[in-house]
Amino acid sequence: MKKIFKVAALRSTVAAGVLMTAGVSVAPADELFYVSGAIGNAIANFKTLVQPWEQATGHTVTIVPMPASTSDQFAQYRLWLAAGTADIDLYQTDVIWAPQLADHFVDMAEPAKDLVPQHFPSIIESQTVGGKLVALPIFTDAPALYYRKDLLEKHGKPVPTTWEDLTETARAIQDAERAAGKADFWGFVWQGNAYEGLTCNALEWVKSFGGGQIVEPDGSISINNAQAAAALDLVKGWVGSISPAGVLAYQEEEARGVWQTGNAVFMRNWPYAYGLGNGTDSAVQGLFDVAPLPSGGGHEGSAATLGGWNIAVSKYSTKQDAAISLALYLAGPEAQKQRAISESNLPTIVALYDDAEIAAAQPIIPLWKDVFTQAVPRPSAPTKGKYNEVSARFWSAVHNTLSGNGTAAENLELLELELSDIKGSSW
Amino acid sequence: MTFLPLRSGEPSLLQQRQRAAFWFLAPMLAALICVAAWPLLRTIWFSFTDTTLSDLYGGQWIGFDNYLSMRTLSSGRTVWRGTLVDPAWWNAVWNTLRFALVSVTLETVLGLIVALVLNAEFRGRGLVRAAILIPWAIPTIVSAKIWAWMLNDQFGIINDMLLSLDLIDQKIAWTASADTAMYAVLIVDIWKTTPFMALLILAGLQMVPRDIYEAARIDGIHPVKVFFRVTLPLIRPTLMVAVIFRMLDSLRIFDLVYVLTPNSAATKTMSVISRENMVDFDKFAYGAAQSTLLFSIIAIFVLLYIWLGRVDLTGDSSR
Repeated sequence: MKKIFKVAALRSTVAAGVLMTAGVSVAPADELFYVSGAIGNAIANFKTLVQPWEQATGHTVTIVPMPASTSDQFAQYRLWLAAGTADIDLYQTDVIWAPQLADHFVDMAEPAKDLVPQHFPSIIESQTVGGKLVALPIFTDAPALYYRKDLLEKHGKPVPTTWEDLTETARAIQDAERAAGKADFWGFVWQGNAYEGLTCNALEWVKSFGGGQIVEPDGSISINNAQAAAALDLVKGWVGSISPAGVLAYQEEEARGVWQTGNAVFMRNWPYAYGLGNGTDSAVQGLFDVAPLPSGGGHEGSAATLGGWNIAVSKYSTKQDAAISLALYLAGPEAQKQRAISESNLPTIVALYDDAEIAAAQPIIPLWKDVFTQAVPRPSAPTKGKYNEVSARFWSAVHNTLSGNGTAAENLELLELELSDIKGSSW
Repeated sequence: MTFLPLRSGEPSLLQQRQRAAFWFLAPMLAALICVAAWPLLRTIWFSFTDTTLSDLYGGQWIGFDNYLSMRTLSSGRTVWRGTLVDPAWWNAVWNTLRFALVSVTLETVLGLIVALVLNAEFRGRGLVRAAILIPWAIPTIVSAKIWAWMLNDQFGIINDMLLSLDLIDQKIAWTASADTAMYAVLIVDIWKTTPFMALLILAGLQMVPRDIYEAARIDGIHPVKVFFRVTLPLIRPTLMVAVIFRMLDSLRIFDLVYVLTPNSAATKTMSVISRENMVDFDKFAYGAAQSTLLFSIIAIFVLLYIWLGRVDLTGDSSR
């Protein structure tokens, strides 16, 4: 019986209809547990998202919500996986975790062999460790600059293309709006808390200033350079002037809070904020648009840190067949399309960028191709299992600089030393 | 402890009681060995190995390397490694000690004041006593989150109140900036734990015989003098025990710092940093070494305190 079901599950890559015919009558109904970070309205949408799969297979799935901070999620995942817990069947994993958690997940290469060619090859590659497909991509992520088109128009300013422009525009509009009585108005909100998100933000500043990407793909440590220091110096000037001083404790949701109550001209955030910002309860509904992040320091390229989430099946799950079937469904076109429409998540399936329904519901998604082409990966591949420590040292150095604890040049010099200590003879 | 002389054959009453007490305590002792002694010993053992979280059972014995080791590079330069020369660790030790000293001192003083007030006779005293315990009853993680919102720079009620009272002229990012983050942690901890201290001290105050005060009043002694000469010496044992409880607690503070403030060097404590190494960085053994040091520091503190303060934890008033 199990074998029959397994075949059914494997076949179910795309169409739920296949499951309807083969799965329902023979499969025992399993109850799966899927753990995922809770950002935006992802948790609320999940029930609708999996409903077709639940109906088709007779299984049920319960979502276990995690803190929004990816650093916190990772810690919990690591503990569960180290203990070999069978309580969780599927994990939603960040794009950077594949090398660190590879041993704990089921190889998806075989079950997903029909689905894989539909995805962006680079994303599939990011989840492949030593020939093993650790997780299936369910959406990709690249941040953009959110701007208030009404305010830019009102004050006669163009959308900034460099960080210096952004600084000026933000200050001018902030001053004008405050003079007009909006005391809580700010120029630019972003994610400055000392966590993985700050690594993403800072990588964008540094990379777009021509300061490299912390650790280069060949493993060399490149962060201690003048452009990187110049980028951080510029950002330091934002804290308390165009950005609230509290931005140093902000994560995605805090930044969105300020922005979505109409209290900021610019925000740096991930695509999920687009759909929410256009919700009926949003003060900025219909008033904003997105653009690629600015570049800086006379350098041409803008950079957006490549994010993205994947679904992995735990090696310790006792219901692996059902779990694999769910993973295939969630990574498949039907679920990705629904996520794109309801949560403005970027699909990882190439064809969906030409989907008319998605374009109508979330007009930014086709436009995001521009942002996506400038995406820069975090150095998780070259630094392997030491990535978290590298990232933590980096965000600490940046957070210290921004909170006035040492200059950018000093902190980056120290960081270089720390990173070479961590690296040892090789990553 | 004294033993009564045995009467022929049958155990004395005291012996019977001791035997019964042992059997009543045995389940708890067994539980303590399982949940306290065993993990402690195992952590200490881990700290001498190269265990990682991905491979908990495959660690090899490496001696003191996690604490301190000297290596000679090929260039002939010698470098010291290990947590004892790790500036991040000493920064965390300093943060923790600073936090513990300030919070325990303030909590003791404030707790004493609250206890003295609650010890006085007034209408509705029972209600006030119950109400004051509320901050202590709220789980730390919840109060940390509540305070995080109250201290939020943009939406927080604290900034709003201070602004409307004209005490500050612009919103303060309490938890974000390195200068105020530690204050934020202290404020929340003091808010949470003062009631606990007050309750313990109040218990001590209630033990003080009332007739002493009556005598003092008849003799016309100033209340302040009565407090320092009578009340304080009499509640000293209670106070010392209360302080040691809080000291133990504050030296291993984790949740408040972790939830309330960004993960920055300004507030990282020993527990935070050892967890970071164990879990986030997959340097399980290194984190275990830091946990072991944390344990040793707390143990040394407590022993010193008991020794210097001559605290009586046994409950025997045989001094």
